[in-house]
Amino acid sequence: MSAGFDLQATTRRGAGLDRLGVLLAAIVAAGLALQPFCLFRANRIVAAKPVGLLSALPPLESQIVLGLIVVASVLLLLRTPSPLRLSVSVLTLVLLAFAIGRAGVYLTPSSNTYARVAPGGGFWFAAFAFAIALADAAVRLRMPPLGRLALLALIGGALWLFLWSGACDALSILREYANRADVFWREARVHLFLAAGSLAAAAVVGIPLGILCVRVRPLRAALLNSLNILQTIPSMALFGLLIAPLAWIGAHVPGASAIGIAGIGIAPAFVALFAYSLLPMVSNTVAGLESVPVQARDAARGMGMTARQRFMEIELPLAFPVILTGIRIVLVQNLGLAVLAGLIGGGGFGTFVFQGISQTATDLVLLGALPTVALAFAAAIVLDAAVEMTRPMTSASARKSKSLFERHDE
Amino acid sequence: MKGSALIRLLLLVLLVAFLLTPQSFRPVFQPFAANGAPAIYTQSSLLALTLSHLAMVGVATLAAAIVSIGLAVLVTRPAGREFLPLSRSIANIGQTFPPVAVLALAVPVFGFGPIPTLIALFLYGLLPIFENTLTGLTTVPHSVQEAARGVGMTDTQRLISVELPLALPIILAGIRLTAVISLGTATIGSTVAAKTLGEVIIAGLISNNTAFVLQGGLVVALLALFIHQGFTSLEARIGRQAGAMQPAQ
Amino acid sequence: MIEINGITKVYEGIRAVDDVSLKIGSGEIVTVVGTSGSGKTTLLRMINRLVEPTSGTILIDGRDNRDLPGHELRRAIGYAIQGYGLFPHRTVAQNIATVPKLLGWDKKRIESRVDELLALFHLEPSQFRARMPHELSGGQQQRIGVARALAAEPAVLLMDEPFGALDPIIRGKAQEDLIEIQRRFATTIVLVTHGMDEAIRLGHRIAVMDKGKLLQFAAPAELIAHPATAFVADLAGRADRAFRLLSLSPVVDLLEPGEASGEPIGAQASLKDALSEALWSGRAALPVLRDGAIVGRVTREKLMARAGQPQ
Repeated sequence: MSAGFDLQATTRRGAGLDRLGVLLAAIVAAGLALQPFCLFRANRIVAAKPVGLLSALPPLESQIVLGLIVVASVLLLLRTPSPLRLSVSVLTLVLLAFAIGRAGVYLTPSSNTYARVAPGGGFWFAAFAFAIALADAAVRLRMPPLGRLALLALIGGALWLFLWSGACDALSILREYANRADVFWREARVHLFLAAGSLAAAAVVGIPLGILCVRVRPLRAALLNSLNILQTIPSMALFGLLIAPLAWIGAHVPGASAIGIAGIGIAPAFVALFAYSLLPMVSNTVAGLESVPVQARDAARGMGMTARQRFMEIELPLAFPVILTGIRIVLVQNLGLAVLAGLIGGGGFGTFVFQGISQTATDLVLLGALPTVALAFAAAIVLDAAVEMTRPMTSASARKSKSLFERHDE
Repeated sequence: MKGSALIRLLLLVLLVAFLLTPQSFRPVFQPFAANGAPAIYTQSSLLALTLSHLAMVGVATLAAAIVSIGLAVLVTRPAGREFLPLSRSIANIGQTFPPVAVLALAVPVFGFGPIPTLIALFLYGLLPIFENTLTGLTTVPHSVQEAARGVGMTDTQRLISVELPLALPIILAGIRLTAVISLGTATIGSTVAAKTLGEVIIAGLISNNTAFVLQGGLVVALLALFIHQGFTSLEARIGRQAGAMQPAQ
Repeated sequence: MIEINGITKVYEGIRAVDDVSLKIGSGEIVTVVGTSGSGKTTLLRMINRLVEPTSGTILIDGRDNRDLPGHELRRAIGYAIQGYGLFPHRTVAQNIATVPKLLGWDKKRIESRVDELLALFHLEPSQFRARMPHELSGGQQQRIGVARALAAEPAVLLMDEPFGALDPIIRGKAQEDLIEIQRRFATTIVLVTHGMDEAIRLGHRIAVMDKGKLLQFAAPAELIAHPATAFVADLAGRADRAFRLLSLSPVVDLLEPGEASGEPIGAQASLKDALSEALWSGRAALPVLRDGAIVGRVTREKLMARAGQPQ
């Protein structure tokens, strides 16, 4: 890995063009030249009319925006330092968001509530290219976990501010949102509850099961094998198969219906997500505990730690990063799978996705899919950073003393 | 070991028998069909749905394998090495995109039918294979690489006769992961009118008929089981061959 | 004092340690040497009860080592192993403080003990306290491993191939350090090794084990001169036993009055070095130097006589 970085540093230095930059600039140019910047519909149903960047905004504004995008692309094209590339990418993404918002206002007649403006291929291509440039700059800078979290918070905050300011309200996806703001937030809460709640339940059950598996060998093969088989049942079928038994429990077990156990709605979705979460939780707990170095275990015993002390002070802390990786896998997976709850009336963002699919309403699909992707993405970044910070090799104190170490040796 | 092989054979026979003559299994599924609803899905032939399901997974997995192995080879060569860190983080980011969302986002662009499903399966299938090929190619022992250079192999010869063969078991594991995930994801394709076994499950969900959900789900689960099994034994066989060539370590 | 009486460990019908008895005096270094599978590690691990014996007893300072619960016994006995077993998630200071903390020492006492040990092992406390194990070289990790084992001032230190992973030069230095520390604290040390050189260099007495049995327990010179079995003779090295024997004693042992010409040799140099020098320079005698003055000579004839089999 580090060899790759070094090599990269040497090949990228020196005069000439940045190879990735050439590719990205080409994507931006082709996107803006060949694809519409946005799509205009007179109402929600009719076919869209493509609108280029230069006609999507008032003349002067559109020229400035285009000019800035060209400048940004040239900066990526050349071999510029990574911090500059990072800021250029962030600023251009903000500019694109601003431009698409303005296009919505500009293209929609002020009294018209039926007209819809949606981002077109040109916008998506340009946004994709600059997002890649952003990721590339972040990778090249080798940002530490806290730096990545700060960047995420910055981008998230900017996005929030932008949406909150109303600059994009004329866009079709936000029109869909405006029509169902209450429902949106309710489904958002359901979605989060499904993903995080089932994760919490899986952690509470799975971690002790994993610990048990390490101690009771025969249990391990049996449990992991049956969880593996559970994993092969297609998610959609598992959601469906739980309807009947849960309906029965809801109807026959006293008190069950009072806590929300029923054949339809949240319960089957929650149980299905829980079931899928169990395997990564158990197997990562097992893997984490087994990754504890044999010598460290032996030394701990040899120095007179009791079984409990060894477990709490040595084994669990050393296994923790791997267990946390399991939590990361489960959370990202659950945020995505929870969409399926929409199929069985379980709520969540899937409600919009499947409504949108059945009505062929793209904006509605996006209203469900984009927040899902954003949540999964943010969860991955946050938990990856957490995993990196808890690993003994890269923990904060280690870095601190390491930098001391380097300074001393120089 | 013998017992589990016997069980697998039995399951395979049952699966084939069910797909060829679904009606003969009616008594098995009847208890799950409420209020005299039909116990066996007859809207389309289960065999045809299964074949179309498998074809879709097969095509998408093959395409994903060709593209991602090619890409992984590219970024591990000296000429493409500067893209290695970036491609790695894109692969990581891509993995966070939920398959359902990929499917949902493909519909607006490609319309209804098999195409968005194929695209979603292809895109989602790229990542495990890419990631595993990278791991395989970058973890070839240094001593082996050096020995290959030492005996005068060219870069291409090293790739073809040393690196790829040694990485093959890990690459196969990636393809297996992709195929098994795709089998499940393809069922969701039915929500956008692709011909897959998901059709049976959705019909069951809509008409509240557990029998349908069960038969659709079981067929997919069994297919996943056999594909998983097939790949694992292939990986083990190739791994053993590779292991025999290497010094014990 | 450690008294091992007829100790036996049976694993699945195999006698890993078979009726071994030996007495280790206070402040003595005993090395246990044998091939892998000889039972030497199992023997060591039965002293601090990481392995419970099938039969037999072990007394430490007259008390049965089963009088205390295992973990309490182990807190009173130092333990250092091959690979060191440092806790990767804890700093050097936290690693060293493990046993004192288990024993409930107060913070101040622990801190000063940690600094004392770091200094003892030539590691600048202010610089090493906060480091993580992965930031240390192999030699430094090894020293921290021994420092950790000595933290609570144990009277007995058990070591299982503690220098196994070090390269020869650093190993030599680590062995010197250990001898130095043992002299200073008079710690009783039982050290398991598979190398006879190390066993001879460190051990006041050597226990040779094979297939679970104790073949011989004797001082190095005795072991080389009178190996109990052919196996011990092989292990002690038939080919160069003459030189091994010479390497055990200093020049001062054969010092005699008289004159000799040429470059002098130090009184504390080994007889082996003296013979080598005499042969190399073709001299029949070497002047012996002590504290900067020539105090006599050592002759090639006597050196060669000493290298012969003792009667």
